[in-house]
Formats: sequence, C-alpha cells, structure tokens
Amino acid sequence: MANLVEIRDLKVEATSDAGRVIEIIRGVSFDIAEGEIVALIGESGSGKTTIALTLMGYARNGCRISGGSVSLDGRDMVRLSERERAAIRGTEVSYVPQSAAAAFNPAQTIMDQVVEITRIHDLMPRADAEQRAVSLFKALNLPNPQSIGSRYPHQVSGGQLQRLSAAMALIADPKLVIFDEPTTALDVTTQIEVLRAFKSVMKKGGMSGVYVSHDLAVVAQIADRIIVLKGGEIQEVGATEQILTAPQHDYTRELLSAFTPKQHARPQAPTAAARKPPLLDVLDISAGYGPIQADGLPLMRALKSVSFRLEEGRNLGVIGESGCGKSTLARVIAGILPQVKGDVIFDGRQLARSAAHRQKEELRKLQMVFQFADTALNPSKSIGDILSRPLSFYHGMGRRQQESRVCELLDMVRLPRAVRHRRASELSGGQKQRVNLARALAAEPKLILCDEITSALDTVVAAAILDLLKELQRELGLSYMFISHDLSTVQAICDEVIVMYNGEKVEEMATGLEEGPGHPYSRLLFSSVPKLDTRWLDSLELDPELVSAFARR
Amino acid sequence: MMRSATQFRAAGYSINIVGLIGFLLVFSWALVAILAPWIIPYPIGEIVDFDYFGPISDKFWLGTDYLGRDILSRILMGARYTVGISLIAVMISCTLGVALGMTAAVVGGWFDTILSRFLDALNSIPSKLFGLVVVAGIGSSIPVLIMTLAIIYTPGAYRFARALSVNINTMDFVTVARARGEGTFFLIRSEILPNILGPVLADLGLRFVFIVLLLSGLSFLGLGVQPPNADWGALVRENIGGLPFGAPAVIFPSIAIASLTIGVNLLIDNLPQKIRDRST
Repeated sequence: MANLVEIRDLKVEATSDAGRVIEIIRGVSFDIAEGEIVALIGESGSGKTTIALTLMGYARNGCRISGGSVSLDGRDMVRLSERERAAIRGTEVSYVPQSAAAAFNPAQTIMDQVVEITRIHDLMPRADAEQRAVSLFKALNLPNPQSIGSRYPHQVSGGQLQRLSAAMALIADPKLVIFDEPTTALDVTTQIEVLRAFKSVMKKGGMSGVYVSHDLAVVAQIADRIIVLKGGEIQEVGATEQILTAPQHDYTRELLSAFTPKQHARPQAPTAAARKPPLLDVLDISAGYGPIQADGLPLMRALKSVSFRLEEGRNLGVIGESGCGKSTLARVIAGILPQVKGDVIFDGRQLARSAAHRQKEELRKLQMVFQFADTALNPSKSIGDILSRPLSFYHGMGRRQQESRVCELLDMVRLPRAVRHRRASELSGGQKQRVNLARALAAEPKLILCDEITSALDTVVAAAILDLLKELQRELGLSYMFISHDLSTVQAICDEVIVMYNGEKVEEMATGLEEGPGHPYSRLLFSSVPKLDTRWLDSLELDPELVSAFARR
Repeated sequence: MMRSATQFRAAGYSINIVGLIGFLLVFSWALVAILAPWIIPYPIGEIVDFDYFGPISDKFWLGTDYLGRDILSRILMGARYTVGISLIAVMISCTLGVALGMTAAVVGGWFDTILSRFLDALNSIPSKLFGLVVVAGIGSSIPVLIMTLAIIYTPGAYRFARALSVNINTMDFVTVARARGEGTFFLIRSEILPNILGPVLADLGLRFVFIVLLLSGLSFLGLGVQPPNADWGALVRENIGGLPFGAPAVIFPSIAIASLTIGVNLLIDNLPQKIRDRST
C-alpha cells in the first residue's frame, strides 16, 4: 500500500514572551498508509494536536514549522504557498475539531455550513452538495437526515453536532481526515454512537484518518495504529493490538496502568453493632434555578428529592452524565446553592441552607474541591497566601505558625515547598489541583466534596491524584464524596456509588460487587464505558429501547 | 504581552522606559503645583506687557496673554488647580465608584438593583448642567468643585467596576471563599480587587482626562476656578482669540494639558511591576 502521508523529521518551534525559543515537536517521523487510521496519543502538551495541524500545513499562532517535511499525496505541505495550501484544505485534508459547538456559527443553518466547503472550492452545484450532505447525515446515523440541515446549531444536541461537524469535513471527499479529540466533551452514552458513526463512514469511504486523543480506550476502538507521544517526541509506534497487549516503552506501560486504576481496597463493611451515626445524611433534597413556582419549587429543577447517607471514613461516589444534577448536589451540601426543600444533616447537626448562615466550625469540617483547578485559585495571589487564608480564618494562626503549616500542607500533597512563592499560572494542571486539595486540607475537614476533580487532568496525572487521595484518607481519616462522570475513577476510590439521572437518584450500590447494577439506566451507563479492547465497540450490543429511553443524543 | 527590552529596576520593582517617562511627567507637574508660588516670575494677576498675545521673549518665556499677563506664571499657578482639583476628584470618584461597584456585584439582589438604578439616574443628568446647577446653587469654591466633579464621574466608575466584578464574582475561587464563610469585605478586597486592578487603573487615567476637560468647561462658563486665578482649561478658553495669530498664549496651556494627561496614561499603562523571582 502506498503511503498517503509521509512525515519526516518534523520540527515545530514557538517563541515565548521572553524571546526564548521552545521546541514543541522535536524531529517526528511517521507514515500513514491509504485507508489507515492512525491515532496520536499522549498527555496535554505532548504535541499531538500540533502534529495533526501540520498535516494541513498549519501552525498555531506563535508557532512555526522549523524543519522537516510533511508530504501529503506527494506534495510537501511545509513548502507550499499559503494559497496552494488553502486549495488543499477541505478538499484533500479536513479537520474535525474538539468542540463542535464552538466550531459552528450560531447564526447560520447547519446546511449552509456543511456545504460551505463545496461553495468555497466551487466543487459542485448547491443542490448536488445538499444531496451529498443528506446522504452523509444518513451514513452518520443522524435522526431526520432530510430536515436536520435546516436547523440551527443550538437546536441539535452535542453528539449530533459533533457528527454534523464530521459531515462538514467529509463533504468534499477528502483523502485524509483529522479528528481532534472529537468525543472528549461528550457523555459516554453519546460517545458510543458518535464513534460508531465515525468508524463506519471512514471504513466505507476508505479514507485515511488521524485521530488525536488522550483516551486509550476510545482510540482502541477506531485506530489501526497508535503513536504514543510525549514532550514532542515519539515514544512508541505500533499496531493497536500490540500497544494494548504488549507495550514496549515504559511510558506506554505507565499510560496503560493509569487507565485501569487499582480497585479500592474496601474496609470491612461495619457490622450493625459498630454502626456509627452517619457523617452526612441528606434527606429528600430538592433544588434548582429560576423563579419559584406555585408549588414552591423552582422552574428548573436540578435535584428532585434526593436522599443518601455517608458514614465516617467511607467514600461515596456520585456518577451520572452532564446535566444530571450531580454538581448541584455538591453545591447544595456546601451551601453554595440553598435547597428549596429537604435537610442536610452533617456530623449530627442540621446545616443551615446557605453557607452565609452556617457556623464557622460547620463550614470548616466540610470542604469542597472544584473541577477546574485553575479558576478555583485566585490568579493574583501567591500559593502561600492562598493556603494561609483558611489557616488564619478557621484556626486563627499567627504569621510564623502559618508559614510552617503551609510547608507541611505542601509536603502532604507532594509539592515542593518553594511552590508557595509562585502563582497559580506558574503551575501545571496537576499541581494546581494539588494546591486546591491542600487548601481544603488546611481547614482540617472531616468530609471533602470532590467535584470532578480529575476529569480535566491527563490520565497519568489523574491516577496520581487518586493515589494521593487514598493516602491522605489513611493518614487523616477523611471521608470523600466523589463526583464524576467516569466510572473507573469512582470505582478506584469509593465504597458506595449512587447513580443519578435527570436530577433523581436512580440507584445506590456498593462498588466491586458481583451482581452489577440493577437499574436499566445504570446498566446502560456502565456498559457504555469504553474498554481497552479493540473489539469492544463492534461486539457491544446495547438494548435499543434502553438507549432511546435514556441516552440524550 | 511583549516585554520591553529597557527595564529599570529598583527596590524589588521594575518599570519600563515608557512608564518611567510617564512617571517623570506626572511627578514634575506635581512638583510644579507644590512649588508654584515660589518659582513664578510675575504675579499672576499683574499686567506686565503693554502688548497682548505677546511672543516668546527673554522677559516672557512663554509670551503674554490677551491682557498682557505672563503666561508662564499663569501656567505654573494653574497647575495647582488643574492637577490638584482633578486628581482629588478622580480619586474620590474612582474610590467611591469601584468600592460600590464591587459591593453591588458581590452582594447582588436588591442592593445591586437599587444602587444601579439610582446611579443610572444620576448618570442621565448632563454633566455640565449638573455642575451649573450645583455651583449656581451653592456657590463656587474649590471643595464644591471637587465634590461636584467627583459625583458626576462616580456612576461611570461604578458601572465599569461592577461589570468587571460580576465576571470575577462567578469564578470558582470566589465561590470557594464564600463557602469558606468569608465576609463581603474580604471578598472585595482580597479576591476581587486584585483581579480588576489593571482595567480600573486604566479607567482612572481616562476619567482623569475627562475631569480636566470638564473642569476647563466649567471655568469657561465662569463656574470653575474664579479669576484672576485660572486652571489650564480656562487659560486655553480665555486665550482662544489668539489662535489666528499663532499666539503662544493658547498653545502652551494646551501642551501642558496634553503632557499631563498623556503622562498619567503612560504611567498607568506601564505601572511598575514587582519582580518575582521564579527560580525560588
């Protein structure tokens, strides 16, 4: 088979604000055969998107291709003029972005945007282009293929929009399609449908593809070959099966082991006699947003009569898809969003609905860590100042005491002490999340609410954070309420899991049990999590009734 | 942001050349304002030249005005009024506006609604008319002028600060502080203010220029600084008749206004930055 793409010794450089030249890609070479799908995998900052973009002869602002060649179908994209590249983009190589919602213009209909490439390159008359678009909609398994084009981007769901952006990329029948993390922002149940659609269209059309992702399990379903990247260099190249089963490079092994976190060693379930009163008892909570209606409930109900209890020293996982109310639950417990109905009883005392009316001691024992580590840290304060505040606020510590305690906290979360003089923007994502954790620990809490704290992090970094959480629990006797959409992280740390759907708790169960979930929605959710098996997607059979009832595609 | 190659360092702070120029301009005018009574060559009210709109000469460095008074002396003394009144007024209006704006954003609800509508109503009164009524009612004195100018420019500063604070207020780190149980004052001072300081200072620079211009407008109407004293705006106005003759009497007060306002803006856009050692 002839090679469609040949990349030789590619180098990309960027110039920093200080005028320093940074090598982002350091001499990468690989080929893509015709009809082959190659995955680029690695953590954020490993250069995977940068490489993918060079296939279109494009380098992001401030970057430039400084060496090597990228030959696509015999032409070197690096040497072509901008005009020649523009002629190739869209017709021979096209791009499916990570966030389809951001890639569509909200003011134009979907059809206008899908056929835009044929208009720009003057490929075919509008009517033909529309016909082709409709057949692509069918191939991508979109509902109402005849009429979906006349809608506007906000009138379709996220998963549909992602498939529509693929239709946009495929309309001119390109030889190579670049997928840049197209399913990362989607829910697992939606992700399956999108992956299936991509796979069938690519195989049918015999197109080559580059699939950029950090998720090994997703890549395993769609790619023929995997290229593992780190720090702008290729670590390992191999067929998908070989990478998954017999990785050669240490880094690949690290990635694989991070993907399957160790199961949580469950403490013995307490016997009835030893049963302590629960640490957290949530009774019949309803909460939401918008004006209060006649029945005393808000217009948008995010939580509908949710109850659960959590015992001291144990961990509770809350899982569900986006919009199921799991973050709202944490906000209600933390007093950020007062509930309209129901009670939160924590450590034997009923908590006031709003944090403003709670006592300092109650607030101290209940801390929360947020999903986005960077927005949760004040960018204009040093890490030392951020960590000192809860110390003086809750414990009334003096300057010197604070300083030594800040050092202790940084040791606890495995950060170098010198970090305290830095600001949040000077730390990496994983380091920031550790600082957030240290701030919660500074209060010496009994319970930490973790709201998706690992989902914005790379797998390897996330696994390290989970290990840290477990270790801290052993040392300090904490309890966690762990909110996530990712089943494997929850299984790694929690004793019990509650599954939420559309604001309701649909199931409560212990992790690691043989029988598995009972509620149909939990079954759908659990079976939708991609596995590290190349045949998983093809062999997966979901009950279509279940899917139509629960999956919001 | 591109870092300028020329940086000056002192006492743990660094400032670039543009900021330094701005600082020197503002500092020298402030010095002039303080020292004016001792350095003026002629008393400001005295007619010293028989010619009007006199040219630059050995005796009158910047020429003479429409009555034959020495322009250099009048500019030097005018600095007291322009720099003093405008600076104090802009400080009051920005402090008040920013403090109220941040409070409204953090507290929200009724407090925010009522305060915002009240200040909007204040904003809807034309500034010259407002000044006219107040000064006509109470009489013109320097404290009255300062307070009038401050009140006229408070709603703008409030709107600006509130819009910025509302954005910061939704950030997670503010939520964290709220959940910790922090009071409004801490939220404003420690979480919000440091993050809006840059734009607020830039706004202060602009507002300063507006106040200088409004002050000269009021002086023109006879409501500002009372003769024989004059601020720079009034100097421009009273000598505007000399423009066809290219009289220095109208050019130099204009240059004085320009140098002060540009100096303030250069300084504010390039404030000294604390040197933070990244290696530790």
